[in-house]
Amino acid sequence: MFSAANPDPIQDSTAVVTPEEKQAGIWKQRLQQLLAFAGLLIIFLAFSIVAPTTFATYSNVMNILFSAVVIGCLAMGATLVIVSAGIDLSVGTGMALCAVMAATFMVRWGLPVWLGILLTLAFGAFIGLINGTAVTILGLPPFIATLAMMMICQGLALVVSNVAPIYFDPVDHASYMWISTGNLIPGSGFPNAIFVLILAVVVAYILFNKTILGRYDVSIGSNMEATALSGINVKKWLILIYAAAGTFTALGGIMISARLGSAQPATGAGYEMQAIAATVIGGTSLAGGKGSVIGTLIGALIISVINNGLQIIMLPQQWQNVVLGTVIVVVVFIDQLRNKQAKAR
Amino acid sequence: MEYDPTLLLQVEDVHKSFPGVNALSGMRLDLRHGEVLGLVGENGAGKSTLMKLLTGIYIHQEGEFFLDGEPLRVRTPLDAEKRGLSIIHQELNLVSHLTVAENIWLGREPRSGGVFTKPREQIARTRDLLERLEMDLDPKALVANLTVAKQQMVEIAKALSFDAKVLIMDEPTSALNETEVAQLHTLIRRFVTPETGVVYITHRMPELKSITDRITVIRDGKYITTTDTATSTLDEIISHMVGRAIDTSAKPVNVRDDREVILSVRNLTTKSALHEVSFDLHKGEVLGFAGLMGAGRTETARAIIGADPHVSAEITLRGTTVTISNPAQAARMGIGYLSEDRKKYGLMLNLDVAHNVTISSIQDKFTTGPFEKKSAIRQAAQDAVELLKVKTPSMTQQVKFLSGGNQQKAIIGRWLVKDCDVLIFDEPTRGIDVGAKEEIYQLLNHLAEQGKSIIMISSELPEILRMAHRVVVMSDGYVTGTLQADEATQESIMALATTRLSEKELP
Ligand SMILES: Nc1ncnc2c1ncn2[C@@H]1O[C@H](COP(=O)(O)OP(=O)(O)OP(=O)(O)O)[C@@H](O)[C@H]1O
Ligand SMILES: [Mg+2]
Repeated sequence: MFSAANPDPIQDSTAVVTPEEKQAGIWKQRLQQLLAFAGLLIIFLAFSIVAPTTFATYSNVMNILFSAVVIGCLAMGATLVIVSAGIDLSVGTGMALCAVMAATFMVRWGLPVWLGILLTLAFGAFIGLINGTAVTILGLPPFIATLAMMMICQGLALVVSNVAPIYFDPVDHASYMWISTGNLIPGSGFPNAIFVLILAVVVAYILFNKTILGRYDVSIGSNMEATALSGINVKKWLILIYAAAGTFTALGGIMISARLGSAQPATGAGYEMQAIAATVIGGTSLAGGKGSVIGTLIGALIISVINNGLQIIMLPQQWQNVVLGTVIVVVVFIDQLRNKQAKAR
Repeated sequence: MEYDPTLLLQVEDVHKSFPGVNALSGMRLDLRHGEVLGLVGENGAGKSTLMKLLTGIYIHQEGEFFLDGEPLRVRTPLDAEKRGLSIIHQELNLVSHLTVAENIWLGREPRSGGVFTKPREQIARTRDLLERLEMDLDPKALVANLTVAKQQMVEIAKALSFDAKVLIMDEPTSALNETEVAQLHTLIRRFVTPETGVVYITHRMPELKSITDRITVIRDGKYITTTDTATSTLDEIISHMVGRAIDTSAKPVNVRDDREVILSVRNLTTKSALHEVSFDLHKGEVLGFAGLMGAGRTETARAIIGADPHVSAEITLRGTTVTISNPAQAARMGIGYLSEDRKKYGLMLNLDVAHNVTISSIQDKFTTGPFEKKSAIRQAAQDAVELLKVKTPSMTQQVKFLSGGNQQKAIIGRWLVKDCDVLIFDEPTRGIDVGAKEEIYQLLNHLAEQGKSIIMISSELPEILRMAHRVVVMSDGYVTGTLQADEATQESIMALATTRLSEKELP
């Protein structure tokens, strides 16, 4: 690649990193995730001690997982967008609209389940495409563009569904529900939702860490103008990032409706905050340029455990939000403190 | 601890290390009353680190500071200000959506009743200050709309608005042209009294002669020597700095006028900045762009690559007419642009060296399908880092932890990896030390020999004279002339650079 001869190869001033130092860096990152995971375990154990007979049961743990699947899918999309220094407020109601669309495709139009799922995913991508276009071509701030989309989705979900839940047919759409509640491995006790979550995380992980989309995502989040001047078509990639987020939103919609056996047009609002919270708890910076898919997964699990645990110990709904808010402040504060210490060294 | 009460500022045996880097070890420095002390050293030698220790941005691990014979302990930049230390950082530190006046008085706004700001008084004070400093700046102008050079002047005005005893300037002139440099030097001379002193960091060697009284050289975080400016030559200082002699009198190589045109620009006009800019770039040529600040050189570059819109233009690349509507398209056609403002338009600060060096080329060189080839990316970054001698502990170091000059090398590396046919380099050696500069010049010459065509925008005339086969001179948005290498001199360039201006001043 370089054909230019090194004019004068005097001593190489590049200090080398010893393998030990490199190892230390890798361990530091692992430690960070380990810490988050330890936090998750501690919260889990705390609830188990407080409510041993109701919290730490098989069926309740499954409840937690079902909720984590939905929040997790949405949060994967939210993470991709937040890393680009954007925000996507439409993932919650977008999820509801996608669920309604899934029901429309399969129940009303009678399309086969596989086609219904594909169309729903495409529809989610389309929502993201519009978000991305509004942000890049129209130049709207992401907050505004996706806030508008959040309201549009909320309205459309009600319009399309005629303000009523749409129920899947237990026989015709058995395979649809199977995606969430069936058992791929018979007798294992693991519902398929878990595998879908794992799949979603793996896809997001690969997208974020191994592909050019993830590379441009962090680059845009770190310095959009510099990325553009580096010869990268920032608009195109941002649209793709929002579209990817929309696809994850659709997956969330599929998972929630398959679990419930119905599309509930009014259940989406509020999920966007949970998804953003999971992302932030997982160590992704709202300023962009930095993020972690595994962190977001842990964040989604933490939020699901807390949501569920607080319900189990019968804390009133209003107090649950207070606790959740407090947890976010504490977690993010600790994270920043740790970063600052690393800097001051 | 030994100290000398007659010194204004004394630094004794200071140590500072960062993970993987020993930035300073056993560093010392003496600043006398009433002097301007030059501080020089290669990129990454530790100059900025020392200044950041002095002003409380970093905390040192070992060693002591004395100010006027008293121990000096600063924990925060505010402490430093209170003790009379004022600093102009290497990187601009302005709030871009505030005005000039608001930036200068940030945190010290004139108030009434402790809460209400007094904008009118603030403007008046700013006017006074700017008048005293003879700076041509509008107090109400938004900093975001100013050029880098003007922003630098705002920083200088701000630093001089404190009642400082010690003024520290970390490469204050890297964005300024000769005229502005002369202006700054006048200001510095006026600032220096028997009570005050200045530490002046620069990579522009000739400035040392004109402004400093003594010069301290450091290398690899260690003190090397201090000499009186009057009794030493620049060559001596340079060889202390880089450990060898540098030929600073080299001239452009391979100047020929029989080369084919690769890029031709005709009548490039933008809404406000440019008027019918026309020029040709030949294959294998280094084409210098000279002019005063605001002459429209950066605007020309940005308009060509489609970063800014233009009203009209005919651009011909390799013989075919093209329209370029964004930098991505320009890059696809083989035109790369290196911005003059590395922090704002160049670096992804919180990302690593490998990313910053390879970002432009990943898609066309280091992927299989949508997947990155991580090891190829690392290897390419490693090669560029070795070629340009970027001082970094690893490829995974965040680029914000590199010294200013090394950051600059990293983004030069980005365009070397990309391998474009046409390179538009805007102030490419800003912040780069003398030794490395010469190496980069040779590298660019080598690229030109291989048939790459290079546009080199520079405010440093010596750089233009050293490199350019031909020089396009701009003034006020017009091309006022094109000089062959043998016609180009300081005088001929400056004459053209001021043509339009003087015409305008006539009735
Ligand atoms: N915050 C930091 N973290 C890690 N390393 C750092 C940090 N700040 C500086 N360094 C390292 O310390 C060394 C000295 O850097 P410094 O910025 O002082 O150099 P400098 O002499 O100002 O160079 P230049 O002429 O390029 O501005 C460099 O190798 C740099 O990479
Ligand atoms: Mg520096």
